[in-house]
Amino acid sequence: MTGYILSRVLRAIITLLITVSLVFIFIRFSGDPAAALAPPDAPQEVIDQYARAMGLDQPLWQQYTSYIGGLFRGEFGYSIHTGRPVEALFLDRLPYTLHLGLTALSIALVLGIALGAIAAINRGRLLDRAVMGFSVFAFAMPNFLFGLCLILIGALVFQVFLAGASANVLFPALTLGLAAMGSFARFARSSLLETINAPFMRAAEARGIPFARRLILHAAPNAAIPLVTLVGLSLGALIAGSVVTEQVFAWPGVGQLLVRSVATRDIATVQFLVLAVAFTMIMANLIVDLLYLVIDPRIRVK
Amino acid sequence: MSGVATYRPSPMPWSVRLSLVFIAAFVLFALFGQFLSPHEFRATSMFDRLLPPGSPEYLLGTDARGRDVLVRLAVGAQITLIVAIAGTLIGAILGSLLGILAAARRGPTEAVIVAAIDVQASLPIIVVALFVLAMFDNSFVLFLLLIGLNGWEVYARLMRGATLSAKEHGYVTAVRALGASPMRIYLRHVLPNILNVALVQFTVNLPLTVLLETALSFLGLGVQPPLTSLGQIMSEGRDRLLTAWWLTLFPGAIIFLLALSVSLTGDWLRDRLDPTLRSER
Repeated sequence: MTGYILSRVLRAIITLLITVSLVFIFIRFSGDPAAALAPPDAPQEVIDQYARAMGLDQPLWQQYTSYIGGLFRGEFGYSIHTGRPVEALFLDRLPYTLHLGLTALSIALVLGIALGAIAAINRGRLLDRAVMGFSVFAFAMPNFLFGLCLILIGALVFQVFLAGASANVLFPALTLGLAAMGSFARFARSSLLETINAPFMRAAEARGIPFARRLILHAAPNAAIPLVTLVGLSLGALIAGSVVTEQVFAWPGVGQLLVRSVATRDIATVQFLVLAVAFTMIMANLIVDLLYLVIDPRIRVK
Repeated sequence: MSGVATYRPSPMPWSVRLSLVFIAAFVLFALFGQFLSPHEFRATSMFDRLLPPGSPEYLLGTDARGRDVLVRLAVGAQITLIVAIAGTLIGAILGSLLGILAAARRGPTEAVIVAAIDVQASLPIIVVALFVLAMFDNSFVLFLLLIGLNGWEVYARLMRGATLSAKEHGYVTAVRALGASPMRIYLRHVLPNILNVALVQFTVNLPLTVLLETALSFLGLGVQPPLTSLGQIMSEGRDRLLTAWWLTLFPGAIIFLLALSVSLTGDWLRDRLDPTLRSER
C-alpha cells in the first residue's frame, strides 16, 4: 500500500516537473521574450535592459534553475498590461470561477445521478430511453450555443439579462454543467445496472430485504466507486468548459482572464494560468487515486 | 431450418438513419452549398445589411456587413469539415503510432511516451491551444496542428493496451519465428487486428473535434477572417443575438446537429464493431 501511494505521488511530481519544463522551453524558444515584453517601438538598448533584468543573458541552465526557484518562492512574474503580479490577478478572479464551477459540478452530480438512477430502475422503458436521449443531447450540445439560447430565452421570455457578474450563477452553471450531467447520468445508469445484477444483490433479495433498501444501502455505495474517477476526469472538461462559458456570460472568472491574456499576448499571465490548470488537474488525479484506497478496500490488499 | 440459429444483425434504428441523412446533407452542403447563392462569401453590400431570413435574393438573411449568410454557412461548413476530419486524423495517426511504438519497444521509449500521455492528460487541449496561440501568430496550419493534438493521448493509451494484449497472441510469435521484422509484425499483422479500437475512438473523437474547433473560433482564437468557419460566424453574430438571431442560431444548429449525428452513428457503429463494449440496453 505504501508502494502504491509512493508511486502515485512520484508520478504526479514527474508529470508536474515535465509540464513546468515544457512551458519554460516553449516560452524561451518561441521568440525573444524581452522584445515581446518591451514596448513595440523600444530601441535595442531598452530591449537589452529588459533581457538583463529577466536574466536572459545568462546560460540556459541558469535561467532554468532560477525559473524553477522562482516558482518555489512564489514569484510568477508580472502582467505586461497591468504590471500587477499574475497571482494577484488570478486570485481576484478565482472566487468567481470556483462559485461557477462548484455550482455546475453540484448540479451535474445531483441531477446526473438522479437521472441515471431513474433510467436504471426503468430499464428499457420510455423513461430510460428519454434519459439516454438526453445524455446524447448534452454531449453534442456546444456550451456556447446552449448559453446563448439561455440568454435569448431569458431576454425574450422573462425580460431579464442573464450575463455579467451580477447575474444569477444558475444559468452559466447550467450551461457549464450540462455536458458533465449527461455523462454522469450515462455512467450512473450503467454502473447501477451492473451492481443491481451482481450476486450480492440477489443474495440480499433472497434475504427479503425490501427493494428501496437494497437500492440505497447495497447497490448505491458500490455503484458510486467508479463515479469518483468520473468526477476526477470531468474536472478537465469543466475547466475547458468554463473558459467558453465565462466568455458567453461575461462572467469575470479565470477563464475570461485566460482568453483576454491570450488575445493581448500577456505571456506571463498565460504561463501562470497554464501552470495553475496543470497543477490543479495533477493534484485532483492524485487525490482520486488516493481516495480509492479509502473507498475501495480491494486496492489495499494488492 | 429449425435448430440452426442464424446471425441476423439488428436493423438500423431510425435515429441512426436520420443521422446518416443529416451527415450526407451536411457534406453535400459543405461541398456544393456555395452554388445555392449568387453571392461570394466575402462580398459585402452596404444596402443589404442585417436582412432577416426569407428576404429576396438572401434566403437565410445577411449579416452586419450585408454578406449572404447562406453562402457563408456553406463555406464555414466546408472549413469546419476540413478541420474536423484532418484534425481527427492527425490525432488518431500520431496517437496510435506512439501507442504501438510504446508497446512494441517497451523500456525507455515506453516510459517517455507514457510520461507524455500523463502530461497531455493533465492539460485540457483548449488550454494547450490557448497557450500556443498566445505566443505564435495564428495561421490556419498551426490551428490545424493544434486541433490535431486533440485526443492523441487517448489513442496512444488505448493502442498501447491493445498492442500489449495482442503481443500475447500466438500469431505474433508465429510471424516473429518466420523472421518478420518488427515493423512488419506491428504494422502488417498487429495493427489490422486492433484497428477497430482506434476506429471506435475515432467516432468519439470526431464530434469533440468539431466542438473544439467551433469553440476556439467562437472565442475569436481559431479560424481567422477573411476565412470563416461555423464557430467564427457565431462569434461575429453573438453581439446581435437579440436583433439578428439568425447569425448565431443557424450555425449553432448546424454544429449541434452535426455533433449529434456523428455521435449517434458512432454509438451504433461501436455496438456493431465491438460487442464487448456494447452498452447495457
